[in-house]
Amino acid sequence: MKPSVAPIQRVNDFVVKFANVNGSGSASANLLFAKAILRMGVPVAPRNIFPSNIQGLPTWFEVRVSEAGWRGRRGGVDLMVAMNPQTWDEDLKEIEPGGYLFHDSTKPLPASKFRDDITVVGIPLTEICNREYTDSRQRQLFKNIVYVGALSALLEIDPEEIAELIGEQYKGKEALLKPNVHAMHMGRTYTENNLDYPLGIRVKRANAVGERIFIEGNSAAALGCVYGGATVAAWYPITPSSSLAEAFAKHCRKFRTDAATGKARYAIIQAEDELASIGIVIGAAWNGARSFTCTSGPGISLMQEFIGLAYFAEIPAVLFDVQRGGPSTGMPTRTQQADVLSCAYASHGDTKHVLLFPEDPKEAFDFAALSFDLADRLQTPIFVMLDLDIGMQDWLCEPLSWDDKRVHDRGKMMTYEMLEAGKDFGRYLDVDGDGVPFRTRPGTHPKRGSYFTRGTTKDRYARYTEDGATYVDNMQRLLRKFETAKQYVPAPVVRSAGQPTRFGAIYYGSTGPAMDETLATLAAQGVHMDTLRVRAFPFHDAVSDFIAAHGQVFVIEQNRDAQLRSLLVNELMVDPAKLIPVLHYDGTPITARFIIGEIGDKLAMFNVTPLRKVAP
Amino acid sequence: MTYLAKPRLHHPDLPKNKLGFTHRDYEGSVSTLCAGCGHDSISSAIIVAFFELDVAPHRVAKLSGIGCSSKTPTYFLGNSHGFNSVHGRMPSVLTGANLANRDLIYLGVSGDGDSASIGLGQFAHSMRRGVNMVYIVENNGVYGLTKGQFSATADKGSKAKRGAINNDEPIDMVMLALQLGATMVARSFSGDKEQLVPLIKAAVRHRGAAFIDVVSPCVAFNNHPGSTKSYDFVREHNEAVNRLDFMPQRSEITAEYAAGSVREVVQHDGSVLRLRKLHDDYDAGDRIGAMNYLQQRHAAGEVVTGLLYLNSEADDMHASLNTVETPLNELSEKELIPGAAALEKFNASLR
Repeated sequence: MKPSVAPIQRVNDFVVKFANVNGSGSASANLLFAKAILRMGVPVAPRNIFPSNIQGLPTWFEVRVSEAGWRGRRGGVDLMVAMNPQTWDEDLKEIEPGGYLFHDSTKPLPASKFRDDITVVGIPLTEICNREYTDSRQRQLFKNIVYVGALSALLEIDPEEIAELIGEQYKGKEALLKPNVHAMHMGRTYTENNLDYPLGIRVKRANAVGERIFIEGNSAAALGCVYGGATVAAWYPITPSSSLAEAFAKHCRKFRTDAATGKARYAIIQAEDELASIGIVIGAAWNGARSFTCTSGPGISLMQEFIGLAYFAEIPAVLFDVQRGGPSTGMPTRTQQADVLSCAYASHGDTKHVLLFPEDPKEAFDFAALSFDLADRLQTPIFVMLDLDIGMQDWLCEPLSWDDKRVHDRGKMMTYEMLEAGKDFGRYLDVDGDGVPFRTRPGTHPKRGSYFTRGTTKDRYARYTEDGATYVDNMQRLLRKFETAKQYVPAPVVRSAGQPTRFGAIYYGSTGPAMDETLATLAAQGVHMDTLRVRAFPFHDAVSDFIAAHGQVFVIEQNRDAQLRSLLVNELMVDPAKLIPVLHYDGTPITARFIIGEIGDKLAMFNVTPLRKVAP
Repeated sequence: MTYLAKPRLHHPDLPKNKLGFTHRDYEGSVSTLCAGCGHDSISSAIIVAFFELDVAPHRVAKLSGIGCSSKTPTYFLGNSHGFNSVHGRMPSVLTGANLANRDLIYLGVSGDGDSASIGLGQFAHSMRRGVNMVYIVENNGVYGLTKGQFSATADKGSKAKRGAINNDEPIDMVMLALQLGATMVARSFSGDKEQLVPLIKAAVRHRGAAFIDVVSPCVAFNNHPGSTKSYDFVREHNEAVNRLDFMPQRSEITAEYAAGSVREVVQHDGSVLRLRKLHDDYDAGDRIGAMNYLQQRHAAGEVVTGLLYLNSEADDMHASLNTVETPLNELSEKELIPGAAALEKFNASLR
């Protein structure tokens, strides 16, 4: 049947979405599909959209194919691979007019179950697999590979690339390798013999990937911890951060096992809860080891008391917060940037904490390694603010790099020699005027340099006191230290529109890719806007300068309450009317389409030439 | 007691230990606890134990939580680093510290509120992991710092100073430690320094999780008739199963003992524990037997003290984690950073 809308015709620029049932083995087949396209030199941005469940609930896998290299989620679907009857109706609605539907046609469905403005491609997957395999698990698993094979014919994906990837995956496991390749070819053969192919959307070999690598943010951050010299990790399982700890264990087994003795140059404790995790980190850091924990919002809530101790007693600790949808258990498998305030001001009393906001796995690696230097230099907790989108999805990003000349900055550590030479040691003595005192490691000197670490008020020599003036003196020094932090944290990335504009936009973290695409789209429409990507708190002076230089500044975030905007208003004394919140918080990654839609509406309010409307 | 400053000068002929330190080098600042507090006796037992063990004070890290007991690390080992952490969370901080440097001695001091209530979970998990430490609970059955509320170790039926009766079952830290895999478990009484000092020494030299529950009467809030943690009650009901002599290494037995009443245990570092049995049927090497015995005597209203269990073959968390011998906080960049070439290879595997 000919669709009522002309089928979409696009090369290397489309979105395929797989609707599956979780626990059916679909995720690895879908990743195979994405990687095959990548191997053809065409950038992809895959996203696994999964439920908080092990087996039986709906799960989706979305692959954006973009030769232009857009890594954000686009929104809308050009080809839906509808493998889950539970979600059939809503999946069908998502297809763009003129799009395509791929489904298992073993069991005929009434015409009312379809749309007349799309192209329907049916393959009797169940029938093919039932004929070929007797084992029920095999029927299920190979069905995934059969549809990957069929799609390779429909989208002109090189089957050799798929075969090679299967070969890499099952290296040394011949028994699995051949049947997988065979299943892929079954899908291809059926398509070639029975269907119109290729579709209007297809892949064409290109050279747009270059040196870039394909990696999850959690794995990259974990490797950053290895390079940053972390030796102690303590964690409690929580989505979406568990894979960071697991990746650290994997990287350490590879890079930190003593070749001669087989012994570990690291220690990882899966603690009994998040309180113990951060306690272990603080104990290890107090004793001079670089240590970290990784968690998500609920874990940060549980760690509050200890974070206050680390702030007040000035202990270097690194925390990775892989943010998910909150509050409470919220949306454990969905993404948000909703812990900005709970981390910035974590714990009771007056506190402020250093936050880093990486935008992709490459920066996750860089900031992870940097965070340990910052923690030692500033003697305070450092939060690396990841989110599910960066942490758990495979991203195409610049290769990771390391300068072999780089050394770890261990900050102000008073040594045995310094103590022996009679240097005055006051644990909380501001000797350099930057608010950062010297510390000693336990066990340094038999007679000098020991002190008592406590969460109660103390004087400059770490002696207990409840004297008001001494307390104020110490709290003021902590503010000076926070000011000092500005010079060490990553500076914001400012992009000028190239021509004068009264509009600016501030964004951070995983909003980066969608923002890149937004700017390109707007520029093509003749709309110009300067942008600033915040990479750390405390805010660099460039942030206030940027806001001062613009009439209106959009603050684009993935939370309901405009948390970064609150932080900007609170910390920089900005007139709130100047900062226009643009908020996306339904748990899906923010898209360029969304930002353009929101900014378009708001620009209109300020009497700017209206934008061409884009599809929602 | 805070109005008394400690004199800085001391007698020139004070005895010195093998390292040349005097008793004074193991002291801390003057206690701010109530006069007669059991905790002060424990502090003084700690001072004697470390002095006699010839341990350099700066090689000890002392950690505590919050409460009267957790204040005490200020009053001993003034040349050691101390960490007064948050309520009930000393075990995790100590665990982390131990991971960072396996070469120091870790002394955790806690109370019954700190370890049996808010920190019960952390207490349990540090025992399970076999953290190499001395974990002392100064157990008075009461919250002293907040003025006399019952703690979770208070016996059922015991009476508070203001007359309230405790209706809840007590938590026996010793039973828990035994069940959770602590490899040295003891109970003592703050009023019995002769028993306590050798136990602390044995615990310091033990490799693995060593737990000592020290019943330590609170003179301000839990030392009245009707209390089961008072000096009088504990003296009357104290049932010591053995007496311990700690010896740095094996030496000739000079004293006369009844046949079969002495058992020697050699620890990892070669130190010897000479156990003088007071109860013939008690075997401190039998964990299950110890649990049975304790339950029976508890039912009879006795407070069993002494070295209750010892596994001299025990090992610790670092053994389970297979960590390198060099303390993790001393590893150099060369040992920690895989380098640029390794990263290039890693990149190549991701294309």
